[in-house]
Amino acid sequence: MIFLTKIRRTVSMAVRNLWLHKLRSFLSVLGIIIGTAAVISLMAFGEGSMQDALEDIKKQGLTNVIVTSVKPPEEATSQRRSFVANYGLTDDDHRRFVETLKNLVTATLPMRVFPAELRPVTDSRLYNGRVVGTTPRHAIVYKLEHMIAAGRFLTEQDEEPIPRNVCVIGSELAAELFPGEDPINKTIRISGKDRAFVVVGVLKDRMPNTSGAEIEKYNGDMYIPLKACRSLLGEISFIRATGARGAEKVQLSQVVLTVDDSGDTDTVRDRVRGVADIVRTQLSATHPKKDWDIRIPLDRLEEAERTRDRYRILLAFIAGISLLVGGIGIMNIMLATVTERTREIGIRRALGAKRSDITLQFLLEAVVQTTLGGVIGVLVGLSMVFLVPYVASQFNYRVPAAIHNWSIILAFSVAVAVGILFGWYPARRAACLDPIEALRHE
Amino acid sequence: MRVIARVENLTKHYFLEGEVVKALRGVTLSFEEGDFVALMGPSGSGKSTLLNLLGCLDRPTSGRYFLGNQDVSTMTDDQLSEIRSRYIGFIFQSYNLIQQYTVVENIEVPMLYQGKVDASTRRRCIRLAEMVGLGERLNHRPTQLSGGQQQRVAIARALVNDPHVILADEPTGNLDSKTSDEIMELLCTLNEAGKTIIMVTHENDIAAWARRVVRMRDGKVESDVRTAPLTSPGSTLASVMP
Ligand SMILES: Nc1ncnc2c1ncn2[C@@H]1O[C@H](COP(=O)(O)OP(=O)(O)OP(=O)(O)O)[C@@H](O)[C@H]1O
Ligand SMILES: [Mg+2]
Repeated sequence: MIFLTKIRRTVSMAVRNLWLHKLRSFLSVLGIIIGTAAVISLMAFGEGSMQDALEDIKKQGLTNVIVTSVKPPEEATSQRRSFVANYGLTDDDHRRFVETLKNLVTATLPMRVFPAELRPVTDSRLYNGRVVGTTPRHAIVYKLEHMIAAGRFLTEQDEEPIPRNVCVIGSELAAELFPGEDPINKTIRISGKDRAFVVVGVLKDRMPNTSGAEIEKYNGDMYIPLKACRSLLGEISFIRATGARGAEKVQLSQVVLTVDDSGDTDTVRDRVRGVADIVRTQLSATHPKKDWDIRIPLDRLEEAERTRDRYRILLAFIAGISLLVGGIGIMNIMLATVTERTREIGIRRALGAKRSDITLQFLLEAVVQTTLGGVIGVLVGLSMVFLVPYVASQFNYRVPAAIHNWSIILAFSVAVAVGILFGWYPARRAACLDPIEALRHE
Repeated sequence: MRVIARVENLTKHYFLEGEVVKALRGVTLSFEEGDFVALMGPSGSGKSTLLNLLGCLDRPTSGRYFLGNQDVSTMTDDQLSEIRSRYIGFIFQSYNLIQQYTVVENIEVPMLYQGKVDASTRRRCIRLAEMVGLGERLNHRPTQLSGGQQQRVAIARALVNDPHVILADEPTGNLDSKTSDEIMELLCTLNEAGKTIIMVTHENDIAAWARRVVRMRDGKVESDVRTAPLTSPGSTLASVMP
């Protein structure tokens, strides 16, 4: 009780002393303010972008192994000088995957993707999009259950017994081709082909995937049954979109293998790696050219997590340095204060103050300063976290930010700790002054 | 009369760059309750040194000091602080008020270090301020007061913990003669109310207010004269002391 009263008195006294020298107090805690604000905002921006990256990777499915066709380097194909570039994954590859991996993999998703000019049958509107030949499993692998805005996704009946000419389209494609209309049961034509596809479903807005070699803007996609794709195109697709010219013979653009996710994380992790290894060996044996690539989101996740940890360590280091600088500022001003108020210390000692009372008084003064500095720093940091993304968004930049409660608590308690740490020495020095000497001080 | 402070063969040496300054060379004195003692002597004779030892601000080089029946000369720093806050009241030549504090808050400081601050101590501080004639200036700061008024605040502060003894080092040294007389009148009233006062002074007319005059020279007691009888506390005690 007595102790509490003492603390309360001392704190109010400390606040009064700081108020007496407003500018000086402000300047002395400026280091703490900047340090705390920097930690809060850097932490928020860092965590924000890391979280974005992790989300991106997770969206690709952490148990997926993604095998893609890659056009091999030019000199490898130029020897034959054939007009048609023939490369990539084949239906045979897919069949082999299904056979050898049937105990490890729960779903395989072969896909054929090519750019195309898309237009409504009834209209002259045009959209440069992507045609994706795929199977109903696409919805499972890409987790589209809740992404359907209208209609449905492709079903088994669209493939068997005879492939139907139906399609599911992305949100942007729908808006571009059928502005202000319901796209369901409308018909879309692919430039240069004589077949039309009836829209049976529209997807919601999806975040683009930025983790591959090129950005995939899903919202401009048109999904059709893989079998229909094949009967439409045959083996060869002619590329005319986006300035490129030529023809390619690619049976499958991509195969996604979803690995069985039963068991604990380590088991699943090893299984994913195992599947990737088998795929690698198999493709190396059957493909003379390196016309394929393999992507493992899990690996990228671990990489991203390592990056995040490195960033956190770096941040802790910056935080340490800036608060060290802030602390030295506090110590400096406290030493000056002690010298300036030597006589007051003598008076208090003569009137009965123990050394511990004097220590407490100056220590609290330092802590009050750094605590106030910490509070202001947190407020400044938080307003930066809100302001910077807002300003950036005015210039069409996206600055992701994520504030953790613990980052605020951490920054704040470090500020208080700095007060104790750097206030201690000046406070002890004040307490150890000889009372008579102190009383004689001018 | 009861002896409340007694020093035996007290010495105090200062060590300055290998040289020894013998400020006190064996002082033996005892002080009785209710006395008003003037310590006199030439500059450098050791008056302030003795007063600081009596006030437990310092420890003697040798000799003993009993305050009440406690041997103070062997106490730790914390124990000395405790003694100061409970049994000693200080009045300084240069007032020594805390500049950031108001009159009332200054009077209250000794109570703070006794760990006793509440509404009743606050009331007591106000009554003491009124007693020394500063009832109108409770919330003034030292810089807004005259020297005499500041010394009154210091006197009120020296009284707040109801000390065994009040120690004053040239309390009128910075004041003109009229204000000095007012301050001495106040101290005299306190003494008549039973307060023990030991006061250092250079001036004979200030010393004339005391009941006993101790003269010092070269760190020793030169003479010790009673100038007025020691009477039992007057009936004014209750009316003067809050
Ligand atoms: N801290 C110290 N260090 C060294 N010498 C000291 C110290 N304090 C006092 N002295 C010396 O001790 C002697 C007595 O000093 P003291 O202050 O007691 O004198 P005083 O009688 O109060 O003199 P004055 O009337 O001038 O105040 C002096 O010679 C002084 O120089
Ligand atoms: Mg002196």
